Amino acid sequence: MSEKIYVLIDHGEGEIRTPSLESLALGQRMAEEAGFSLHALILGNEIGPLAERLGKQKVDSVLLVEDQKLANYDPDVYCRALSEILTEDQPYLFLMGHIYQNIDLAPKLAAAINRGLVTDCIGYRKEGDDFVFVRQMFRNKLNADVQFRSEHPWIVTLQTGATSVDDLKEGSGQVVERSLDLSAVELRRKQLEAFEATQGKVDLSQAELIVAVGRGIKKAENLKIIEELAEALGAEIAASRPVVDSEWLTRDRQIGSSGQTVSPRLYLACGISGAIQHIVGMKNAQCIVAINTDPNAPIFNIATYGIVGDLFEIVPALTKKLKE
Amino acid sequence: MKLLTCLKQIPDRDTRYEINAAGTGIKTSDLTFEISECDEYSLEESLKLREEHGGEVAILTLGPQRAEKSIRKGLAMGADRAILVRDDEGKVTTPHAVAKVLAEVLKEEEYDLILTGTQSDDWSYAQTGVLLAELLGLPHATIVMEIRADPAQKKVKALREMESGWFQWVELPMPAVLTIQAGISQIRYASLKGIMQAKKKEIRNVELSDLNVDLSSIPEIEVLKVYFPVVEKKAEILQGSTAEVVEQLVEKLKKEAKVL
Ligand SMILES: Cc1cc2nc3c(=O)[nH]c(=O)nc-3n(C[C@H](O)[C@H](O)[C@H](O)COP(=O)(O)OP(=O)(O)OC[C@H]3O[C@@H](n4cnc5c(N)ncnc54)[C@H](O)[C@@H]3O)c2cc1C
Ligand SMILES: Nc1ncnc2c1ncn2[C@@H]1O[C@H](COP(=O)(O)O)[C@@H](O)[C@H]1O
Repeated sequence: MSEKIYVLIDHGEGEIRTPSLESLALGQRMAEEAGFSLHALILGNEIGPLAERLGKQKVDSVLLVEDQKLANYDPDVYCRALSEILTEDQPYLFLMGHIYQNIDLAPKLAAAINRGLVTDCIGYRKEGDDFVFVRQMFRNKLNADVQFRSEHPWIVTLQTGATSVDDLKEGSGQVVERSLDLSAVELRRKQLEAFEATQGKVDLSQAELIVAVGRGIKKAENLKIIEELAEALGAEIAASRPVVDSEWLTRDRQIGSSGQTVSPRLYLACGISGAIQHIVGMKNAQCIVAINTDPNAPIFNIATYGIVGDLFEIVPALTKKLKE
Repeated sequence: MKLLTCLKQIPDRDTRYEINAAGTGIKTSDLTFEISECDEYSLEESLKLREEHGGEVAILTLGPQRAEKSIRKGLAMGADRAILVRDDEGKVTTPHAVAKVLAEVLKEEEYDLILTGTQSDDWSYAQTGVLLAELLGLPHATIVMEIRADPAQKKVKALREMESGWFQWVELPMPAVLTIQAGISQIRYASLKGIMQAKKKEIRNVELSDLNVDLSSIPEIEVLKVYFPVVEKKAEILQGSTAEVVEQLVEKLKKEAKVL
């Protein structure tokens, strides 16, 4: 019997979430290379149509687990359900997206079944019979190749955007219903109200030109040179998260996974290192310029033009040049 | 309220990393170190909770002796005491093993809330807090941006940050583990008085070998290689003096990229 790869499918508001489809695409590739079978695993309540849709992808089967208790994500219930399935089925690999919900869940699962977990992977390599996984460390500045030395299932979470849903192959897989007895699981975490942060005054999604500032600016008083540059360009000001966390600028100017997503003509990043959570919010800018003292800053990997230098020199000089 | 904050010491933020001889980590010999960002926020939050409800704030660190410096800073900010589990040789490498060691120490401790960072700034596993909760059999909430504790009812409300601008309040029975997100509050500076007082506060050193943990039962994960990412599309780096690069940039933005 061949080994199995399981992929957890997350969903919300009746839709399969994109990171799960990315995981599925990666799972397809790995299964094909290794000659393993691939199975999509979906938990929820009244989600038959989603399972049917998954069955149209290239998978060997879709495991559907429905229970009222699974209607909304709860760490205790989800962990119990997954623990049972993984312990019984013993897949080789369990793939899931590195999304907030799984950041909450995956380590709990790993501890519950005492299995290894590698988080936030950006890819893998096949070395002989083994898979080696690649993940980022040190604020995305370094990559690490890591290998499980533990028993299966290996649990892996995949960074958003690490693979493309365009690679997803269609096929036909049978939906297999699975029932679990979750009645004894006690829900310790009570879910209270959820809300969307009131949309701020500043909507940067339509901005054509953006000057973005990161922790390299060092303190609030220094923002003046950024304001002057933005004014000379007629651009909006945006920021990375630490600038907002320090309350140097308001939250509605934050770009990234927990901020706004923008696609301006020009994104001028000053003193921003280029962490993945920032990049997801601005990578679609037409032209990206990075000013950073560190030649190894990851922002240079996605920028069109780079200046390795001190923003306190470059920015005022640029403002002056633009005013000429 | 008894508050326990896990604090990790990491290489300074603006460090230029160099790969070590074995190729499996970074050289740490010439580095300076600081408290991991989320942990500084989580310590601040503990201090606020103590100000509101009374009680005690303890720091728990696993690391080498040099971590004492970061712990002192935490004590100067206002924590009452600290425990340092000494791992001078860096034996504990996986988050699962870290959590196992921390859990072992915590067996002897009393606490209402354990706070950890969401993610460390060096290894960036985003695992330790949740692993710890499960190993201790405690409920948890991750990526927390606000805390409202009710010690009398033994309950805590935590505001979880979620994707694309959503937030959710959850309620947990205490004791519980919360993983704290950067920006939860504004970090205080240590006062001169705090720095003086910190010198007298206790840092209890615990040797790894004195703890009854069997790390061989922990799933092992090996770091084969650490390296600078190889990228296909790299920025065109402009060369020259400040005046020259600025001139080139404006020219290119106008004529080549045509965005100005
Ligand atoms: C769940 C989660 C969600 C997150 N969401 C977001 C988000 O939405 N948006 C976001 O931005 N981040 C987010 N983050 C944080 C993210 O991981 C990074 O920590 C953050 O983006 C780093 O910001 P930065 O680049 O400004 O700071 P740093 O990483 O500290 O980089 C500062 C840069 O400035 C450079 N520099 C220093 N001095 C100078 C100088 N004089 N001149 C030029 N350059 C200089 C340095 O070389 C460095 O590259 C999130 C993190 C988590 C865990
Ligand atoms: N060696 C350690 N000592 C104390 N706390 C730690 C240690 N490693 C991780 N933590 C805590 O766990 C959080 C998440 O770390 P990580 O799982 O490595 O991303 C950190 O922000 C710390 O609060």
